[in-house]
Amino acid sequence: MTDLERTAVVALRDAAKHFGPVKALNGVSLSVAPGECLGLVGHNGAGKSTLVNLVNGSFAPSSGEVTFPGGPEGVRSVFQELSLCPNLTVAENLSIAHSGLKGRGWRRPARAEILASLDTVFPDHDIDPDAEVDQLTIAERQMVEIAIGFAPRGGSAKLVILDEPTSSLDEGIARQLLSHVRAFCAAGGAVIFISHMLGEVFAVASRIVVLKDGKVVADRPAQDFSRQGLVDAMGHVAAEGTQSTITRIAHGEVVIRAEGLEARRGEVVGLSGLAGHGQAAALARLYLAQTSDWRAGRGARAVFVAGDRPRDGVLPLWSILRNISISVLGRDGKGGFVNTAAERSLAEEWKQRIGIRTNDLTNPILSLSGGNQQKVLFARALASDAEIIVMDDPMRGVDVGTKQDVYAIIRAEAAKGRTFLWYSTETEEVCQCDRVFVFRDSQISAELTGDQITEDRILEASFEMMEAS
Amino acid sequence: MLARYRILLPVISLAVLLCLTFWMQPRAMSYFGLNLLFNLAVPIALATIAQMIIIMVNDIDLSLGAFVSLVACVTATWLNDAPLIGVLVLMALILTYAAMGAVIHMLELPAIVVTLGMSFVWGGLALFLLPTPGGASPAWIRTLMTIKPPFIPMAVLAAIIIAALTHLLVIRSKLGTVLRGLGGNTRSIARAGWNVTALKATAYGLSGLFGVLAGMALVGLTTSADANIALRYTLLSIAGVILGGGEFTGGKVSPTGAVIGALTLTLAASFLSFLRLSPDWQIGAQGAILILVLTARLLFSRKGAAT
Repeated sequence: MTDLERTAVVALRDAAKHFGPVKALNGVSLSVAPGECLGLVGHNGAGKSTLVNLVNGSFAPSSGEVTFPGGPEGVRSVFQELSLCPNLTVAENLSIAHSGLKGRGWRRPARAEILASLDTVFPDHDIDPDAEVDQLTIAERQMVEIAIGFAPRGGSAKLVILDEPTSSLDEGIARQLLSHVRAFCAAGGAVIFISHMLGEVFAVASRIVVLKDGKVVADRPAQDFSRQGLVDAMGHVAAEGTQSTITRIAHGEVVIRAEGLEARRGEVVGLSGLAGHGQAAALARLYLAQTSDWRAGRGARAVFVAGDRPRDGVLPLWSILRNISISVLGRDGKGGFVNTAAERSLAEEWKQRIGIRTNDLTNPILSLSGGNQQKVLFARALASDAEIIVMDDPMRGVDVGTKQDVYAIIRAEAAKGRTFLWYSTETEEVCQCDRVFVFRDSQISAELTGDQITEDRILEASFEMMEAS
Repeated sequence: MLARYRILLPVISLAVLLCLTFWMQPRAMSYFGLNLLFNLAVPIALATIAQMIIIMVNDIDLSLGAFVSLVACVTATWLNDAPLIGVLVLMALILTYAAMGAVIHMLELPAIVVTLGMSFVWGGLALFLLPTPGGASPAWIRTLMTIKPPFIPMAVLAAIIIAALTHLLVIRSKLGTVLRGLGGNTRSIARAGWNVTALKATAYGLSGLFGVLAGMALVGLTTSADANIALRYTLLSIAGVILGGGEFTGGKVSPTGAVIGALTLTLAASFLSFLRLSPDWQIGAQGAILILVLTARLLFSRKGAAT
């Protein structure tokens, strides 16, 4: 054991994890020292989540070892998918993770502790510790989860693993989190920070580890990486910043006009603004209005790509194949029976076109990583004949390379005359659109087209009224 | 927001039904009348709580009616004749319930199938014990159930005590909170380091305890038992939980609501008799009341979601 490993919070030595023949993690040696913020990057399926699960003890390694020189207590995980109990209050959720709170009068300290933690991480948050979690917005839930991760809970947090912590947060809140992470590390805590937003990784990490196909391919101090160098190390050919090559074409007639927004044939329309300002609700109403007609019969006009995969995306018990073909069963069926040959060839075609990483489409959908599950949802929507495709923040937790692939597919499908309605919390994605509606307080505050779509203009439209009030 | 209003609808439905009953039959508006109206609600309320604890952890118990019948048979025979053996047998029944919860979780069996199977086991044992209706209630249970406290009838007082105690147990205590969390998000509870098998066993054990109490209370009222005495409790208890504002999944339950739901169901039966409705129609009419209340709740929650 080297000196570094002795002082480390956690040390992995040749740690590997196999799921049957799949080598999710293939011999990783890594240690995290107190005061260090380790940025962990890699594209979908590179093994990040498996690494996290080894460190937090959810899995035992298949070979190699994971050691905690100072003991395993104080290691906390904030998971990518939201993992609170939605039927309990914020304070009760903290108490679940805090075994010291029991006996009479455990509520008051629970309330005080979560409130203190929220105040530290997210100053001027507006969360009531007695609110039930399912009454909170998705961003607020993520804030609560992060606050529980950093709360003392009868000891103190030594290592906090943040897996895509900002995927549902808007930029202001995300910035608060990043500055808290820096302060936490300055005070001697350690953080493993996983994010697909490279800007954030550079903003917060002192060291960056790049994972690829279950192995560490680069492990250097953050300042030794350039943005481009990092993307190259992850091994995806697509580079960032391709938007200048987009040619904006003339669009056809208006195909939908509702909720104060309109979209033309072949247009990619973005819904932007800070998270939780009514975009998702507007999108859901608009979609349901398009598809909830009893007499419409087969072939709905619109399809939906979910961002909250477990809630309204994947059918968890079904295979990848069935998850893709569900949208076209009515169209491709013969006399009420499923046409299995057509189903299979369609799924194979989309597997190729969209690059779903699996060798067998009959595997269960949950065997795929999050980003690949999302690709399946895209394939499901695009395989249908619907002319309008509604997307509810579909790139949540999807890596840079996949995003570039999907952008290209969206462009190609739009050129064929399909219309996309795209809600996103990330400005970079919104900049891919032909027309953007910015929401503020559940109303459209600005409509931007063409060259007007810039980060500055969107931010300006998102914040205007807040400064005035 | 909604959680606080969850209790409102059960209260309103009970109040409306109570007003209608008093209007039909003003003599029911008395100490004696109320006791008569709600007497049989006490075992149903206990059974509803037992069912609620199972529903709270995202399962459902189809064996509850048969289990309560078996407990009633044990109470009317062993507990009366040889109290020590009776107590041991009842404790063994509770432990069996806990074991059933552990098995359901460990083997990932669907609770609906396991409990359906167990209902035949309970039913068979009950028939074995009491092939023909009979037995006698232990005197102390009889005394307890027919006690006449001042001002408030026994049945109403018992309902209030049951509601208060289970509220403390399920909503206020740490154990209850963790068990509700189990219904909300099992993975999150497991990740926080709890032993989910032990928790499930605890939930089922608690449910078994309330099932035993229900059977004992029932014998205290009827003074004798029969192998089929409480078969309808399975569906009554599920209806009571839902009527009381609980939901089938997600750990959203209300013990106070469940007790009120049980009272409402009992009252509905009396109300229909007051209407001089033929017993042939009563079950259907009870169902209609249930559908009415659930529709109201749906409209209510839709409105809540829209604002």
